[in-house]
Amino acid sequence: MKALDDKKLIVEENLCKGCGICVAFCPKNVLKIKNGKVLVHDIDSCIQCGLCELRCPDYAIYLGGK
Amino acid sequence: MTVEKIKLMQGNEACVEGAVAAGMRFFAGYPITPSTEIAEISAAKLPRVGGKFIQMEDEIASISAVIGASLAGKKAMTATSGPGFSLKQESIGYAVIAEIPCVIVNVQRGGPSTGMPTSPAQGDVMQARWGTHGDHSIIALYPSTVKEVYDTTIKAFNLAEKYRTPVILLMDEVIGHMREKVVLPREGEIKIYNRKKPTVSPEEYKPYKATDDMVPEMANIGEGYRYHVTGLVHDEFGNPTNNNVTAEELIKRLVNKIENNIDDIVEYEEYKMEDAEEVIVAYGSTARSVKSAIDILRDRGRKIGLFKPITIWPSPKKELELLGKNMKRILVVEMNMGQYLLEVERICRKYTEVKGYGRVNGELISPNEIVSFVEEG
Amino acid sequence: MTNYLIEKYYRTERLPHIWCPGCGNGIVLKAIVKAIDNLNLNQNEVCVVSGIGCSSRATGYLDFNTVHTTHGRALAFATGIKFANPKLHVVVITGDGDCAAIGGNHLIHAARRNIDITTIVFNNNIYGMTGGQYSPTTPTGDKGTTAPYGNIDPNFDLCELAKSAGATYVSRSTVYGVNMITKQVEEGIKNKGFSFIEILTTCPTYYGRKNKKGNAAEMIKQLNEITINVNAYNNLPQEKRENKIVIGELYKDIREEYTEKYDRLIKSF
Repeated sequence: MKALDDKKLIVEENLCKGCGICVAFCPKNVLKIKNGKVLVHDIDSCIQCGLCELRCPDYAIYLGGK
Repeated sequence: MTVEKIKLMQGNEACVEGAVAAGMRFFAGYPITPSTEIAEISAAKLPRVGGKFIQMEDEIASISAVIGASLAGKKAMTATSGPGFSLKQESIGYAVIAEIPCVIVNVQRGGPSTGMPTSPAQGDVMQARWGTHGDHSIIALYPSTVKEVYDTTIKAFNLAEKYRTPVILLMDEVIGHMREKVVLPREGEIKIYNRKKPTVSPEEYKPYKATDDMVPEMANIGEGYRYHVTGLVHDEFGNPTNNNVTAEELIKRLVNKIENNIDDIVEYEEYKMEDAEEVIVAYGSTARSVKSAIDILRDRGRKIGLFKPITIWPSPKKELELLGKNMKRILVVEMNMGQYLLEVERICRKYTEVKGYGRVNGELISPNEIVSFVEEG
Repeated sequence: MTNYLIEKYYRTERLPHIWCPGCGNGIVLKAIVKAIDNLNLNQNEVCVVSGIGCSSRATGYLDFNTVHTTHGRALAFATGIKFANPKLHVVVITGDGDCAAIGGNHLIHAARRNIDITTIVFNNNIYGMTGGQYSPTTPTGDKGTTAPYGNIDPNFDLCELAKSAGATYVSRSTVYGVNMITKQVEEGIKNKGFSFIEILTTCPTYYGRKNKKGNAAEMIKQLNEITINVNAYNNLPQEKRENKIVIGELYKDIREEYTEKYDRLIKSF
């Protein structure tokens, strides 16, 4: 298990429009869409690559510190 | 050195002289007869006073650049004639709703379309009032002598800055190209009005919050007050909104900041009105012929005078109404098919007889013609 | 640690933005903001100007001096702003319809003057705001609501146009390669002259749906497939170059900037 020592994945649900771009570009299947919003369903697999944040058009998901 | 300056000047030249005296430091334009001299003289003068001149790619670009320059803090003007005035209308509306001071000169020529480029006309009077789409008010001034061009151009800038609005300076080919002796005021004799700057910190600044006179304080781009400017209906912060209440408040304020200050804005001249029983309403070059006609008619014993609005829009309603009540007859003489006649009729016909005389063949209306019209009509 | 770029440079109270789910505009906008942050520009000296259309709504979300102008005229307004105050960093955000159709004349003349404005075109191949009409960059044969049988117009190569007109920095990137957008915007702003950056972006709602391009993520991946970096492209044999859209820095030149030229004139008196 890769511990997220200094960063965590933050979802701003009110900004998410559920387009699924982050889900499609996540290389580790950390994310899925549930009820029209992104859901972090497997944080343990997250490698903090930031691809979700990079292409999120709604600024709804990002890597934040502690 | 404050010596009196007496010059023989063309109307278009006086326009630039007045503009520079008023503080114009930016001109964007596009060549068009009969206004081109305004661009030419601006191109020569502006860099010498640290100002900027740019010949844009078209008429729309010119008014757009002028609005941009004004946002960045410069007093800015463009000049055109009928075809270009048509093209500028959308952006004039932008300056209305976004409340950006600027001056648009229209040296009128015969129309519609390309019309008669080198002949005078007064066919854009209603376009000046209603040319851009949507409900709005507008300020339009119309001088009839070269000295008046100078003074009125200064006034146009002052009103634009004071009320944060585009001001239209209407001229016609005769006024633009005619040469007259002009005594220029000494330095310091000219009253200059500059836009109100924010009195609060950037954090507290609301760019579209009206003050007591309904005109918001205006920060220039680059002064640390970051805000949004848009042609969309917007709230006090400049943010777009579809809120019906905000929309109505905004549109009504934009109209009322002009209509409620009409006494400050309106300027007119009266000629031989002291004992007049009849009046001719005329403006621009036509007013010159009317003055001569009145002299002739007075010699023949007729008690007649001239009422010349210099502020065409908003129209001098109060003064016109008074004429309606006191005059046996009101005659409107203009180089169009009766545009200002509509406004005079609207205000005066319930009190007295209103009749119009118009001409649209590219020729000035002569004094004798006016005399015949008055005596026969 | 917060979402730093958003907190610092956006009018966060205006979010969420009006763009459709999966619209690439939000991606491009953040990439631009990142470039401005990388360059450490003073927010008070940045002026972002836009026209009308989906992408032009971007200015409303940004905490700079922002001007949302009339359709097609962003560059003309921006020319006035820059010329009036050359100290400002002026960035124009425009769309394919705004820039290449109604605003085409202003584009070529701003480029010709080499005025220091960084123009960023969000090219989604369609008029989105009005509901999916074909634009000057809709590929020939593709559909729009006003091209129900396929567009017969040839589409514009905007970078070639800007280059020919006199731009001194010309580049193209896509919402697939987001970091490339940032890099190019940095270079564009640094260039003392007219910079033109075309960003290929996605409109899943209209262009995608009309042309069966799949969902938002699939459309972004397609942008990767149809584009090729300029260096790789130059090494390709002629027959393999067809149908590829070239991305990267396409053109650079050094020419005196417009406002500087005029300032020299002022100083000569």
